[in-house]
Amino acid sequence: MVIIGAGECGGRAALALRDLGYEGPVTLVGDEPHLPYERPPLSKDAMVSDAPAIKAIASDEVLAEKSIRHVHSVQAVAIDRAAHAVRLSDGSVLPYDKLLLATGSTPRKLPMPGLGGRCVYLRTFTDALAIRTHLSAGNRIAIIGGGFIGLELAAAARKLGASVTVIEAQPRILMRGVPAEIAEIVHAVHVAEGVDILCGGGIGSIADDGREVRVTLAGGREIAADLAVIGIGAVPVTALAAEAGLAIDNGIAVDAELRGSDPDIYAAGDCCSFPLAVYDGRRVRLEAWRNAQEQGALAARNMLGAGEAHAAVPWFWSDQYGLSLQIAGLSDEGRTVVRRDLGDGAFILFHLAEDGRLVAASGIGPGNAVARDIRLAEMLIGKRAKPAPEALGSPEVKLKALLAA
Amino acid sequence: MSDWVEACSAGDIDEEDVMRFDHGGRTFAIYRSPDDEYFATDGLCTHEKVHLADGLVMDDIIECPKHNGRFNYKTGAAKGAPVCVNIRTYPVKVDDGKVLVRIG
Repeated sequence: MVIIGAGECGGRAALALRDLGYEGPVTLVGDEPHLPYERPPLSKDAMVSDAPAIKAIASDEVLAEKSIRHVHSVQAVAIDRAAHAVRLSDGSVLPYDKLLLATGSTPRKLPMPGLGGRCVYLRTFTDALAIRTHLSAGNRIAIIGGGFIGLELAAAARKLGASVTVIEAQPRILMRGVPAEIAEIVHAVHVAEGVDILCGGGIGSIADDGREVRVTLAGGREIAADLAVIGIGAVPVTALAAEAGLAIDNGIAVDAELRGSDPDIYAAGDCCSFPLAVYDGRRVRLEAWRNAQEQGALAARNMLGAGEAHAAVPWFWSDQYGLSLQIAGLSDEGRTVVRRDLGDGAFILFHLAEDGRLVAASGIGPGNAVARDIRLAEMLIGKRAKPAPEALGSPEVKLKALLAA
Repeated sequence: MSDWVEACSAGDIDEEDVMRFDHGGRTFAIYRSPDDEYFATDGLCTHEKVHLADGLVMDDIIECPKHNGRFNYKTGAAKGAPVCVNIRTYPVKVDDGKVLVRIG
């Protein structure tokens, strides 16, 4: 078994193969120098820590004990499907019976001239360390893109005393996948914490002379910064698969069992698009930690012949200041919204389809105030339940009771 | 020396639910199972120090509110990724309508 990509997904898949009792060789190939590690802290805790450290998914000892061979700092350069072998950048060749592509995603590049060494992206631990050195009182940070990475980073930078400007070309932050009502709460807390958020204006030009970055908006306003972090989304890493002739459709196209157009090659996590059963097979690609983890484990089961279809409901979270946001399901499937207030300013929006089916739930509140109800909503979504809107809107009606109904 | 500590009244927790209990600078989670028994564990998830009392109880399982790490709250056993370290459990008894925990 060969796994390309040693992130959350690849790492979890390797461990799962062993947990399932597979005793043949398992090789995990990663292009970073580190052990497989969790990426969510990179824009959160690791950014405010005095000594950021990797949160490893498995230690060297665990990998050794489980006989998982971790080949690091190496890229996979070609798949020879006929020979069932992968060629690596160090010249070695790995034969495989089953291959898992867990190549992840990479930051979408800002297609503009003028970007230099003070214009950076955040994906890896190495990226995070480099950004961390700039986050201190007196420094000016420009964040291009009002998505989760940018906003979490903005919160961390403010905590460390840097001044922060967020530049978002869309009319509001968090346009993709987050309801306006919740984005407004996030916007307000950032403003209260001293972040300058500029929405609705595209960037005219960027100049980076190595000492300072000057971002000029289309409207003429200029923002000077010591560092510009670009967080405008991610694109799936598909070149290896595409060159091998595998089907690509907004990611490596796989079926419900995560199998690609070659029956011996699977793909999982950020790099793949797959049919989502709960939305009648709608093809999606998810960039989320839990999806990476679950699909890594599912791919491992199916590489060993389980024949199990992906059935999970999408879910993700974001932490900013003391607020936590959680969304289960895809809110764009909804037509109407019901609000449930949980106290302390916490609330959940339930998104219902035309036929009354619950298709998503978006919640925000202090700490983990919305976690339990979002989890129950996720189960209701998975069951394709049609709960009464009045019940969803009444905090005194327990969601657990609706689940049992 | 008895180190049984009163955590709450039996009626404070619904069946198949959990509540947080802080004592002596430590935090615990107290559970009431669907079959009306009481249990206690450390209050923070072994993965990332999140309060388990904000999580969901289903049968014998408490699920961490942040990352869906799962534990059997009766035995403390970790039930799969991302948690791999078991959680500590504590003896519980109900006496005169009070839930008592023996904090060792």
